[in-house]
Amino acid sequence: MNPVVKAIPNVLRGLGGWAINGVWWLGHVSHFLLETLIHSGTSFRRFNLITREIYFVGVYSLIIIIVSGLFVGFVLGLQGYNTLQKYASEQALGVLVALSLVRELGPVVTALLFAGRAGTALTAEIGLMKATEQLSAMEIMAVDPIARVVAPRFWAGVISMPILAAIFSIVGVFGGYFVGVVLIGVDEGAFWAQMQAGVDIFDDVLNGEIKSLVFGVTVTLIALFEGYDCYPTAEGVSRATTRTVVISSLAILALDFMLTAFMLGGW
Amino acid sequence: MTTEHLVEINNVNFAYDDRPVLKGMNMLITKGQVVSIMGGSGCGKTTLLRLIGGQLQPTAGSVMVAGKIINELGHDDLYHMRRRMGMLFQFGALFTDLSVFDNVAFPLREHTDLPEPLIRDLVLMKLHAVGLRGARNLMPSAISGGMSRRVALARAIALDPMLIMYDEPFAGLDPISLGVIANLIRRLNDALGVTSIIVTHDVQETLELVDYVYFVSEGMVVAQGTPDEIRESTLPFVHQFVHAEMDGPVPFHYSGKPYAEDIGLGEPGG
Repeated sequence: MNPVVKAIPNVLRGLGGWAINGVWWLGHVSHFLLETLIHSGTSFRRFNLITREIYFVGVYSLIIIIVSGLFVGFVLGLQGYNTLQKYASEQALGVLVALSLVRELGPVVTALLFAGRAGTALTAEIGLMKATEQLSAMEIMAVDPIARVVAPRFWAGVISMPILAAIFSIVGVFGGYFVGVVLIGVDEGAFWAQMQAGVDIFDDVLNGEIKSLVFGVTVTLIALFEGYDCYPTAEGVSRATTRTVVISSLAILALDFMLTAFMLGGW
Repeated sequence: MTTEHLVEINNVNFAYDDRPVLKGMNMLITKGQVVSIMGGSGCGKTTLLRLIGGQLQPTAGSVMVAGKIINELGHDDLYHMRRRMGMLFQFGALFTDLSVFDNVAFPLREHTDLPEPLIRDLVLMKLHAVGLRGARNLMPSAISGGMSRRVALARAIALDPMLIMYDEPFAGLDPISLGVIANLIRRLNDALGVTSIIVTHDVQETLELVDYVYFVSEGMVVAQGTPDEIRESTLPFVHQFVHAEMDGPVPFHYSGKPYAEDIGLGEPGG
């Protein structure tokens, strides 16, 4: 028999297995999200639990977000000016930088950085708590780990992400300003005026924030699920941490495409 | 169920996926006693504790604690029952982000509305009982393995449970720490009027301490009795275990091909 024909059943079997695993994973993640939402009461009654986690996932991510935002702004300023000046439209630099950041780069790059900085920390922390039986100890003490450990971290991630994305965009705009206006000499009035005229609070800023909210839910959920579901060994935790970054990054990019399509199509 | 038994394990089967761990396990734990469950590594001892705590569900049979069938309780009832249980995990399982004091205060803060000065007094009493009142401000990373287990013990008794379960409480301890833990288990059991279950394979230390022993092998109870009865047992498995003999019913060699064949000597004379 032709080896290609011979390989077809195996390929189909592989694809089938992959699809089943994917659906199984999605089912588990959905169930995990439902459990987290159901057991979120404690987090809101004792809001200090969420505040503490915002400090760890949000405040600790600030440095990387600010520095990255600044450099992305610098690059946008350079590249934007380089292209716009060919059409003698360098006054539009402000609006180009702002729209790129607020609509796309702010939410997406923040989410990718958040997955790498806070997502991995969450997965490793929960995975190690599982490996060292801290979650079991909590259960035996009649404290639900979903309510006490998972839910506060989930809400902290969901609250932090839009704020971090906004900070990223603001810093990025100043980065673009520094390169475009201060270093290259684009007219300052035109830079800000075009930005003010070209950026819409609902179509651009709000849509960007909605994106980052969706990314916040996605990344935090994946990070927490991977930690909670990991095999409780050193290798299991390391594998879960890697999965968090890979799955989160792919999910962010895929969701970004879908959300952008919806938003440009006017929902 | 008789009132003198706090825990009843009735014909319990349990399997991890397709691998059976417990096969028709029966056990009665009498109120007020310190009972030990002994057996080799991987024989299902820890699984049994998790079944009693309701963290695992038996595939058949029932686990009864204080007159209630654990595997039939709903989420809320199970959590209510767990407030009356304490468990000491193999390596303490202290919360690494909390100090010794906060670890012991954790169950009190989660389950009661007691004012902070009262919680402080209760925590100090529990820490005093395990001799670590002076270590209250240390973090878990700054204390030894034996101390971790004592802190975990103070945490396990924080809510004055009726049942305390110990998962390998002596593993990896130096002789002094081991003696301290063994002494504490007995003293706390008698002073607090609780029932204790110790899962272990440290035979000699345990026989000195407990009231009753169950021997588990391949998911079943193979022997039981008081420490004296166990010491005098002529059952091959118990004898091998109690006297730490290398070979016996539990073989030294993991099953595999014959040695000669494995190293390529082939058939004799061939």
